[in-house]
Amino acid sequence: MDLFRLNGKTVLVTGASSGIGRAIAIVCSQQGAKMVITGRNVERLNETLSLLTSDGHMAIVADITNETDLNQLVERVPKLDGFVSNAGIAQPLLLQFTEKENVDSVLNTNAISVIHLTRLLLQNKKLNKGASLVFTSSINGNICAYIGSSIYAASKAMLTGFMKASALELAPKSIRVNCVQPGMIETDLLKNSLIPNEELEKDKLKYPLKRYGKPEEVAYTVVYLLSDATQWMTGSSIVIDGGYTLQ
Amino acid sequence: MLEFIKNFGDQFDDTDVSTFTPSTNFRELEEWSSLNALAVLNMVGKKYSVILKPDEMKVTNTIQELYDLVASKK
Repeated sequence: MDLFRLNGKTVLVTGASSGIGRAIAIVCSQQGAKMVITGRNVERLNETLSLLTSDGHMAIVADITNETDLNQLVERVPKLDGFVSNAGIAQPLLLQFTEKENVDSVLNTNAISVIHLTRLLLQNKKLNKGASLVFTSSINGNICAYIGSSIYAASKAMLTGFMKASALELAPKSIRVNCVQPGMIETDLLKNSLIPNEELEKDKLKYPLKRYGKPEEVAYTVVYLLSDATQWMTGSSIVIDGGYTLQ
Repeated sequence: MLEFIKNFGDQFDDTDVSTFTPSTNFRELEEWSSLNALAVLNMVGKKYSVILKPDEMKVTNTIQELYDLVASKK
């Protein structure tokens, strides 16, 4: 059914050089969208570009925490029907070892840069009427929390608050804003973390579906929120966590 | 080494400070948990600028072994 596809839509994805962002870019292109992908690493971003279905996509290297990069990105992007904010960092760090630079770095990358990018897209009239904005939040900080993730949790709760108020403000323009809230997803972010493998294996068993999610499983929900099938959804968060937060 | 032992011991709340010596097997301490493990990894990162992976730390059992591992990475 075409309602669930993204034919004719132009969609910007941040954090597209790896993990969930890359999966979102690939799945959106498979569903017919013209993609504008952005990320910090040129090689990995071009690799994502090469994995997209059909032609006419665009890759823009940018560090969205850098003001100059952010302004250049906004200048270069065409008018959008969708914007998926996905750039994010996480490193297990106990509060007692957390310094100001750790707080600034996580909040800037995961939330504050998203607020600025959304603001600039709006102010520069880059969002078409009826556009859909999707922020990758997390169950962490919104429904539950993990040891060593206080700043990450704060950043993800910040995103949810921003999503709700901006959904209300942008509704008159028929622009929708929603979040996805994934549980643990198998990505390099997780593989390179300070969490030991055996802890991860034990943690997986706490999930009723007995595994972590796959990046493409988040992407399918993002496509749903970008599509015309959800034209009456705004200000919502969809939990994708294999049943973890049921317990 | 004395400073390292003090920094290591600071990550524990209930274990008596005299418990910590180079030959202490920290994995056998009653208070040892994944939370202490993360605290030790964070402490090593902050105080010694050495980023240890959990799998690297896994092969150490005594404070001396951990100290040697950190020293080898500096």
